[in-house]
Amino acid sequence: MSTLAPLEKNAGLVHAVETTLLAAPDREIEVLGRVPAGASRAEAVAHLRRAATEVRRRAVQTVGAAGAGHIGGEFSITDALVTLYLSVMNISPAQVEERDPERDRIVLSKGHAANALYTTLAVGGYIAPEALRTFLQPTSMLNGHPARTKIHAVEASTGPLGHGLPIAVGMALAARLDGSDRRTFVLLGDGELQEGSNWEAFMTAGHQRLDRLVALVDRNRLQQGARVADTNDLEPLADKLRAFGWEVVEVDGNDVGALLDAYAGVPAASGKPTFVLAHTDKGFPVSYMRDDVAWHHKVPSAEQVAQALTELDAVLASIDTEEEVTS
Amino acid sequence: MTSTVPAAEAAPAERTLFDCRDSWAATIAEVARADERVVVVVNDSVGSSKLGGFQKEFPQRTINVGIAEQDMVGIGAGLANGGKVPFVSAAGCFLTARAMEQIKADVVYSQYNVKLIGQSPGVAYGDLGPTHHSIEDFSWLRTLPGITIVAPSDPDETAQVVRWAAEHDGPVYVRVSRMGVPAVHAEDYTFVPGRAVTLREGDDVTLVATGTTVVRALDAADLLAADGVAARVLAMPTIKPLDDDAVIAAARETRGIVTIEEAMVTGLGGAVAQVVVENHPAPVRSLGFRDEFAVTGSAEWLLDHHGMSPSGIATTAQTLLG
Repeated sequence: MSTLAPLEKNAGLVHAVETTLLAAPDREIEVLGRVPAGASRAEAVAHLRRAATEVRRRAVQTVGAAGAGHIGGEFSITDALVTLYLSVMNISPAQVEERDPERDRIVLSKGHAANALYTTLAVGGYIAPEALRTFLQPTSMLNGHPARTKIHAVEASTGPLGHGLPIAVGMALAARLDGSDRRTFVLLGDGELQEGSNWEAFMTAGHQRLDRLVALVDRNRLQQGARVADTNDLEPLADKLRAFGWEVVEVDGNDVGALLDAYAGVPAASGKPTFVLAHTDKGFPVSYMRDDVAWHHKVPSAEQVAQALTELDAVLASIDTEEEVTS
Repeated sequence: MTSTVPAAEAAPAERTLFDCRDSWAATIAEVARADERVVVVVNDSVGSSKLGGFQKEFPQRTINVGIAEQDMVGIGAGLANGGKVPFVSAAGCFLTARAMEQIKADVVYSQYNVKLIGQSPGVAYGDLGPTHHSIEDFSWLRTLPGITIVAPSDPDETAQVVRWAAEHDGPVYVRVSRMGVPAVHAEDYTFVPGRAVTLREGDDVTLVATGTTVVRALDAADLLAADGVAARVLAMPTIKPLDDDAVIAAARETRGIVTIEEAMVTGLGGAVAQVVVENHPAPVRSLGFRDEFAVTGSAEWLLDHHGMSPSGIATTAQTLLG
């Protein structure tokens, strides 16, 4: 796939071709692509749930094989990533490759969830699934944090927290200058909101009434070392954002149907930017990871990977069953 | 007690001095008229960037984020993503220090086409003190792979650099000084990025200057000439990428090099010294600020005080001639 080729600008970089390969997964992921046009809501939800589960199945094996990653926060944000890339956004691998100016923009501000992003890109057909075996390996395009210069689909290099929202504000301003209806999405961590630069950008977006800007916060309540509430509390978060001039929508961020509904309301009738306060669980839905701060960057053992796969396969089976019932 | 501190050395009386911000302001408007992608992003710095006229002419393309430099630079990256050519214009001190991580990650590492305009850089804010000086900018920024750093030395060069920056695809940092400078370049001068300009031929010693110190180097060369010393004067508008060849030639063909910058000596001085040491070891003396915050004083006085008066430069050059 062309996605393994380096950007022309970086012709000197060697990507997946000559790097070490991590152990292969138990099976390759399904490249599910976008929710088919004309799908019913139930079909869309099933497609997205299946995609999210595929992402988690693959991501946990990647972290296990690489011996590093941020699996807890990757599992909490996976549903939002999948919902955006495979349904909500006006985006496709072709639009990305051709740099279609009217493509919707997305920034993963919590860049440490890179593995979830890469795996979502693979499920969506943006990068080759086999590239996932190069995660963190020498010269791989799959850094521990996403790099714009290495992957076409990455709109901004992220990793240091508090950067994505200002960039997204700039993207939304560019769209407005163009008189374009394209939308800009940014995914933030909740601990990340302790960075002051976010609040500069919340002010600017509210002041500018950037109604096609949508920020989602992955409210998993845990940061690297402790609970957010015990570290530097964000509450009352929804009230703060309303006071900053944002429309606030609260959803279950691990429910793709709820996310679809939240994004359907953009742009808000009020003309304000939209803040999706997505209540999630770190490690969702794996029983031993959920809501446990240790899983910020703990690496699962082989047994724990197997356990996670068993639980995720049960999710896939339940989606199959539900589809059979409804069809 | 009356002061024993000497006054700044007076410039020759007949010189007309220019504020390079005027040239910047006229040129950015000219560029914006020709290219609708050009926008400016400021941090409540419309006045200090002399962009009042621009804002009046292009209200939609003047994005004032208020006093929020991290936001300002990130927004610049986002605008570049949308195909705009943003000129992010703010006092050099706040632009580079406050938003350094945004410059590194959002602009340079991401290879976004953002122009960073450091207004009133170096010690231009003089007696406002070290919080408002940006003598660190050369040193900090030249560690970033792929950024171009330019310090024009007169109004015409400022205009040429702004035009070039608008055309160039890649991150650029430009210093725009408010300190009065005369025209130092010939009327037919053409700015070439990465290229030194030989303003004075000479084989005894080389003076390498950038931005506001170029005119001081020329004056120092006059003083040296009066003493029978032929000083080569290299204007080095581009700090990065440095004109290595011009530096190596100076090391080879003259008896030593003096660098002069309105900055920490780890900027131009450090860059030149590294090229010299690695290619053709020769004596180098770096004038600028050296591991210290500036004392209170006007911009001109501070440059004199730190050995960058014409006579101070000449004296340092003489030490290389033994």
